[in-house]
Amino acid sequence: MPALNRTPLHDLHAALGAKMVPFAGYEMPVQYGPGVMKEHLWTRDHAGLFDVSHMGQVILRPVSGDIADAARAFETLVPVSLLSLKEGRQRYAMFTNDQGGILDDLMVAHRGDHLFAVVNAACKDSDIAHMTANLSDQMQVVPVTDRGLLALQGPDAERVLAALVPDVADMRFMDVGVFDWNNVELWVSRSGYTGEDGFEISVPAPQSVDLAQALLADDKVEPIGLGARDSLRLEAGLCLYGSDIDDTTTPIEAALNWAIQKARRSGGERAGGFPGADVILGQLETGVLRRRVGLRPEGRAPMRAGTKIFAGDTQVGTITSGAFGPSLGAPMSMGYVAVDHATTGTTLEGEVRGKRMPVTVADLPFRPSTYKR
Amino acid sequence: MKFTEDHEWLRVDGDVVVVGITDHAAEQLGDVVFVELPETETKVTKGDDIVVIESVKAASDIVAPLDGEIVAVNDDLSDNPGMVNEDPTGTAWFFKMKVEDMAQLDGYMSEDEYQEMIA
Repeated sequence: MPALNRTPLHDLHAALGAKMVPFAGYEMPVQYGPGVMKEHLWTRDHAGLFDVSHMGQVILRPVSGDIADAARAFETLVPVSLLSLKEGRQRYAMFTNDQGGILDDLMVAHRGDHLFAVVNAACKDSDIAHMTANLSDQMQVVPVTDRGLLALQGPDAERVLAALVPDVADMRFMDVGVFDWNNVELWVSRSGYTGEDGFEISVPAPQSVDLAQALLADDKVEPIGLGARDSLRLEAGLCLYGSDIDDTTTPIEAALNWAIQKARRSGGERAGGFPGADVILGQLETGVLRRRVGLRPEGRAPMRAGTKIFAGDTQVGTITSGAFGPSLGAPMSMGYVAVDHATTGTTLEGEVRGKRMPVTVADLPFRPSTYKR
Repeated sequence: MKFTEDHEWLRVDGDVVVVGITDHAAEQLGDVVFVELPETETKVTKGDDIVVIESVKAASDIVAPLDGEIVAVNDDLSDNPGMVNEDPTGTAWFFKMKVEDMAQLDGYMSEDEYQEMIA
C-alpha cells in the first residue's frame, strides 16, 4: 500500500489526541477525545473546526483573460449555469458522464479573473485529469497543492472568525472572498458540509497550523473529526460522493434538480451541452424510476448503507447512508426508493439482520439548516 | 471476574453469571446508540449471537460465552444505551445467565491475562 498523504495539520491532530484513519489516501482524524456524539453536538451548539485539507483545490484561469470564456467552457462539463454566477459567489455543481451519472460533486467560485473549484479528495486526480483533457484549450487548470483547507462550522463560527478577520461578518451563504489575516492571504467561503452557518478557509500550508490554533484558542471552538462530519452532513441531508451519489446515479435520481438552473434545462438559453444531457434533461421532463429520499427507521437501531428496503415482498430500494443522528436523537438514513413508494410519510420495511423493521420516507434535511442567507 | 477474547467480562453471582463488555471494548466501539437484548428464558449455546450493539461507527454482536439460559436482561440499556460507555463494567451489564456447567468458565482469561491480550 502506498504511504498515506498527510495534511499540513497532521502534527496538530496528533497533539490534540486525534484517532487517525486512512481516508481517500490521507491520514485523517476520525475523532478526538470526546468522541463522535459529543463532537457532533458541540458543532451544533458552538463551533467545530474541521481539517478538510485533503480536498482538491483547483484554479481555472481563462487563456483569453475573459472570465466568461472560463464559465462557458466549464459549462460543457456540468449541468449548472456558471455564466450567471456573479463575482464573489460560489455554486454547487457536479461533473456528469455520458450516461448522466455523477463523476464528482464540487463547488465552483467566481473570483474575478478566474474560477476556483473545490472537489472531493477521492476524485481529485480524476477530476483534474478530466478538466485538463477537456478545458485546456480555454483555460489553465492549476491544482493548488500548497494550501490547507479548514472548515469552521456552527453558531459561534461567525463571531470566532470575525475576531480574526472582521469583514467575514458581512458575507452571506455561498459568498466567497479573499481576506488578509496578519499578512496571510485567506480564501474564505461562507459554506460547509454540516447544515450550520460557517466558513471554509483556504490558507497557505505553512500558516495552516497557526490559523487552526488561533481559531481553537476560542473556548467555544473544538476540533471535530470525520466521524461527526458524516453524521452532521447526513442530518443536513447532504450527499456523500461514493455513497449517496456516484457514476450510476443521475442528478435527477439524486433529487439534486435544484442545482440545475433554468438556463441549462430544455428551453433555457444554454440548454444541454454537458455530458449526459439527453438523459438528465429527459428525466427532468418525464421523471425517474427511483429517487433519493430521507428514511426514518422506527426505534433506535440505525439502518446502514446496503440495507434493503421492501414494500411487502418486493424490494423497492436500498439505503446508501445510515447512522444515528445525535441531534435528532434517532436513527436516520438516506437511500434510493422506487418513485411509487417515495412519497413522504410512506411506511416501508428495512431488512436489518434478517428482520424486517418499519422505516418511513421523510423529507430532507432531517434537521433544518441554519445558513445565513 | 473472567474475560473472553470477544472482550466480554463474566462475573459469578451466586448461581448465575453476569455478562457485560470491557472498558476497552466500550472505548473501541465509540458512542453506543442502540442495544438489542435477548428474551429472558432463551436457551443459548456458547458462541450464539445474542446481543446487538450499534455504536456511531458500526454494529457488533455479543456472543453467549457459555451454554445455559438467559434469566435476566438489563432493560435500562434499551432506553439509555450510552450507559455502555459510561459504566461498562458496572451498571451497564447486558444479561445474566444460568449456566449448565460452571467449569466452562475455567477456559476464560483472568484479568491479568486479558490486560496482556489488549496491551
